[in-house]
Amino acid sequence: MQNYLFHRILGMFAVIFLVLTLAFAIVRLAPGDPAALMLGPEATPEDVVQLRERLGLDRPILTQYLTFMGNAVQGDLGESIFFKQSVLKTLAQRAEPTIFLSLFSLSFALVIAMPIGIYAAYRRGSFLDQSSVTMAMLAASLPSFFTGLLFQRYVATELGWFPASGYGGPDADFWERMRHLILPSFVLGIVNSSIILRFTRASMLDIMGEDYVRTARSKGMTEKRVVLRHALKNAAIPIITVVGLTFALLVSGAVVTERVFNIPGLGNLVVSAVLRRDYPVIQGTLIVVAALYVVINLITDLLYLIVDKRVKY
Amino acid sequence: MKFTSLSKGVAVSAVALATALTAPAYAGGTIDVAIVGEPDTFDPMISTKDLVSIVTQHFVETLYSFDADWGVAPLLAVDLPTISDDGLVYEIALREGITFHDGSSMDAKDVVASLNRWLTVAPRGKAIAAKVDSIEASGDYGVTITLNEPYSPLVSLLAFTNSAAVVYPEEIIADTIETVVGTGPYQIAEHVPDQYLQLTRFDGYVSRTEPTSGASGERSQTPDEIRFVPVADASTRVEGLISGQFDFADGLPAESFARIEEADGVDPMLLKPFGWPLFAINHKDGLMTDHKIRQAVQAALPHDDMLFAAFGDDNFFLVDGPMYPEGYVWRNDASVDLYNRNDQARAAQLLQEVEYDGTPLRILTSRQYEFHFKMAEVAQVALEAAGFTVHMDVVDWATLGQRRNDPALWDVYITHSPFLPDPALTGLYYPTSRLGWADEEKDRLMGEFVQATDPVARQEIFAQIQARLLEDVGFIKIGGFSALNGVNSGLEGVIKSPWPFFWNASVN
Repeated sequence: MQNYLFHRILGMFAVIFLVLTLAFAIVRLAPGDPAALMLGPEATPEDVVQLRERLGLDRPILTQYLTFMGNAVQGDLGESIFFKQSVLKTLAQRAEPTIFLSLFSLSFALVIAMPIGIYAAYRRGSFLDQSSVTMAMLAASLPSFFTGLLFQRYVATELGWFPASGYGGPDADFWERMRHLILPSFVLGIVNSSIILRFTRASMLDIMGEDYVRTARSKGMTEKRVVLRHALKNAAIPIITVVGLTFALLVSGAVVTERVFNIPGLGNLVVSAVLRRDYPVIQGTLIVVAALYVVINLITDLLYLIVDKRVKY
Repeated sequence: MKFTSLSKGVAVSAVALATALTAPAYAGGTIDVAIVGEPDTFDPMISTKDLVSIVTQHFVETLYSFDADWGVAPLLAVDLPTISDDGLVYEIALREGITFHDGSSMDAKDVVASLNRWLTVAPRGKAIAAKVDSIEASGDYGVTITLNEPYSPLVSLLAFTNSAAVVYPEEIIADTIETVVGTGPYQIAEHVPDQYLQLTRFDGYVSRTEPTSGASGERSQTPDEIRFVPVADASTRVEGLISGQFDFADGLPAESFARIEEADGVDPMLLKPFGWPLFAINHKDGLMTDHKIRQAVQAALPHDDMLFAAFGDDNFFLVDGPMYPEGYVWRNDASVDLYNRNDQARAAQLLQEVEYDGTPLRILTSRQYEFHFKMAEVAQVALEAAGFTVHMDVVDWATLGQRRNDPALWDVYITHSPFLPDPALTGLYYPTSRLGWADEEKDRLMGEFVQATDPVARQEIFAQIQARLLEDVGFIKIGGFSALNGVNSGLEGVIKSPWPFFWNASVN
């Protein structure tokens, strides 16, 4: 086990090193100049050159890369060209909305998907099974910007139940900020519930036909106990995998939903950073996202140990 | 004497009346404004972006401002400058008792330091730096600007909020200003990037007392707070406005006009016309350095079709050849017969005359502004009908911003501009711009234009410049277009402007 963990963590550093290099290369291969963007349309090419010098963008690429890597290994991801503050601070400011948005959406998705998925598998071929599969396909097919705009227009603007956008103003306390996340979380929850529902259903269907489920029934156990204790526990591994991946996807930036609802999270930040060519922020976000993926994957793998005693590392 | 309830009432009323007479008449409240994005900087000297101007004009101020007719009016200066007969020396008297947000008082040293910085770091300041011999204090509240050649747009330039000659305390002057300190009616209370900028009333503000006209005159500091909320998605700005989250939404899409008009409690605010889309032409390199090729492009373009494709509703565009719309003193009809020819046969004939070899005409455009792209699409069809080979280079705005600085990469790029108060403020007329439009006759006229001080003479010279622009095809104005903003029906005191401001606004 310790050996396994050691190798996984070593692998994690290798992945992050590769991501660091790729992130640096990709953002600089893309055309576009942050200095030209900052100065506006009336700035002359000479103005742009001067600002590039001040921002250090005129230095040789290799020098920039070595400086970047040297700082990164010390935990310094540089300073945002746009915000004039450290990238870590910028990312930390965006973490709260994104983490809560992800948690709420995942909760909505699980609340919707798990019971329906289990019941659909239990009553295979029933009306509920067929309609849930259809609804899941519909939810997966609708682009989240469309669902977002629909909810924003009819639930927020017309009915006035929730704020249409944003994350609260200067007076907003924690609960007010969370209130701003309910509607986008619900939209994301619907979108993500479809995949969890289908995985849950498929996984449960596989298990429900197993001998030990039949044995449990023949021993006179209640259906509830058979389904929840024997079947669901054994169907959990693929479900945990997909839930873990969904969470990683959400944390790494629910780009479209954050954009539509104007939530100042990581997704919104990365889109703005790309449009502004804020290289350090793009790099920093990519690194954090990569690290998150690796960590969430590791946690998912460790969860297998808990739900299935047969798994050994 | 017994202090009765009646006398108490009289006393309280008297105090209240006295307070009302001495204190400014604040209506209070908060104005929430949805803007199109996060400003790049709060230092308007270094940026020429309209978004930066809109936000920063609330907390930093210039010596002059523009009135409702785009005439220059004093702001931090006492009055318009005294200009020597030879047009070289500008004497500017400064208002006394002006306080910066850090509590220090503004005097000539601050103004001299700020104007010198403006000449060094501001794109518009740098453009005229060579004409300025010196900027010196004359006493505590006087500044003298000495030029080495007359330059009549100087006062307009000092009034402009874009790449603005704002006044900072001398102590904070540096190449990069980390924390902006101004004299404006509002000061920055809190800034959470990409979330909001909270401005609160500056209690030490001393307003001018003349009636409000445009951005000039009294700034009554009516709202307690102004909050600018960056909202990148236009649909989100519309929904936020209609749901009551915002009192004002900037830069809305033309398609949302009907929805805002039909919705309760909000109204569309149409700034008609707001500005002009244009084809910027590369005079430094490539195909368009040939005059006949430029004429062929000009002849082929169907401006009316391009504008219709771009804006759809004629509320939002104007097929109009003169460089300025009705209502501006600069409007004239010189050579406008060359506008909107839509004559591909004539264009083909011009191409034949220069033995055009099919070298692609590279149109650099972006979908950041969808109307740019739609105009380019229609232009492509017309130009190909005339015999051009057209290569559309459709990139994101950041890439366009970079590529247009390299003359080897484009022949035409598409952009737009608001109608600026003085044509001299439009950089495209100068050979030093990235277009590099150098024409002996036009350059001579521009030289006369920036030196002339008589308003009528300047209008006449500008008519000749417009004629030369159309004849030499320096750049191509496509037409006029409107800007749509949305306002809460109860919002009062906001006037239509390319750079809306809210110091006199209140919400009922």
